[in-house]
Amino acid sequence: MSPLLFYAIAFTLGCYALASLMVLVRLVRGPRAQDRVFALDLLYFQAMLVVLVTGILHQSDHYFEVALLIALFGFVSSAGMAKFILRGEVIE
Amino acid sequence: MNAIPSWIEVVVALLLVSSGLFVMIAALGFLRLPGFFLRMHPPALTYTMGSWCVALAGVLYFSALQGRLALHPLLVPVFLAITVPVTTLLLARVALFRRRRAGKSDTPPSLVAKQTPLAEEEPRSR
Repeated sequence: MSPLLFYAIAFTLGCYALASLMVLVRLVRGPRAQDRVFALDLLYFQAMLVVLVTGILHQSDHYFEVALLIALFGFVSSAGMAKFILRGEVIE
Repeated sequence: MNAIPSWIEVVVALLLVSSGLFVMIAALGFLRLPGFFLRMHPPALTYTMGSWCVALAGVLYFSALQGRLALHPLLVPVFLAITVPVTTLLLARVALFRRRRAGKSDTPPSLVAKQTPLAEEEPRSR
């Protein structure tokens, strides 16, 4: 791997880390429950992007499947939490 | 494992850096904007530009690495395009519902409330 690509990946991962920190601040501070749920949803997808970029860094295909699984769990948990704060129960 | 041409590495690096910048802009907007409904907009940058840039970089890089067309990273933004509108719409409805229930005066009235008398007149199927 060339130094150019390595530094680009390092910069991207740094950007993701900064972005995750900002979303974490919103998660802690968020005035209402829906702000926190949305912040968690966004954190999920940032973690998924980190896994994808790490897959390029390690030149491995297996990270891609992990990223798909994270996306799936993020969708299910966000939908479940949204349903919960809407009605107070997930399955009616 | 093939040697990767340098122009592909340049394009992959550009795509990755732009994805990182897009995600950071989205997080900045998510942190700074006032109000939940305004804050719902910037994460769309993460879901569209962020994931598409990374997926295209993955397609280019793994295609060059394996010497064949590797399209599987495109599954991620396609999956996101299916699921993200569902969660976003659900959360917007949740926020509207809770706002209405909290009795905020500047909330638009419910559209469903007008239709409930009609729905009650229909015979029960069970």
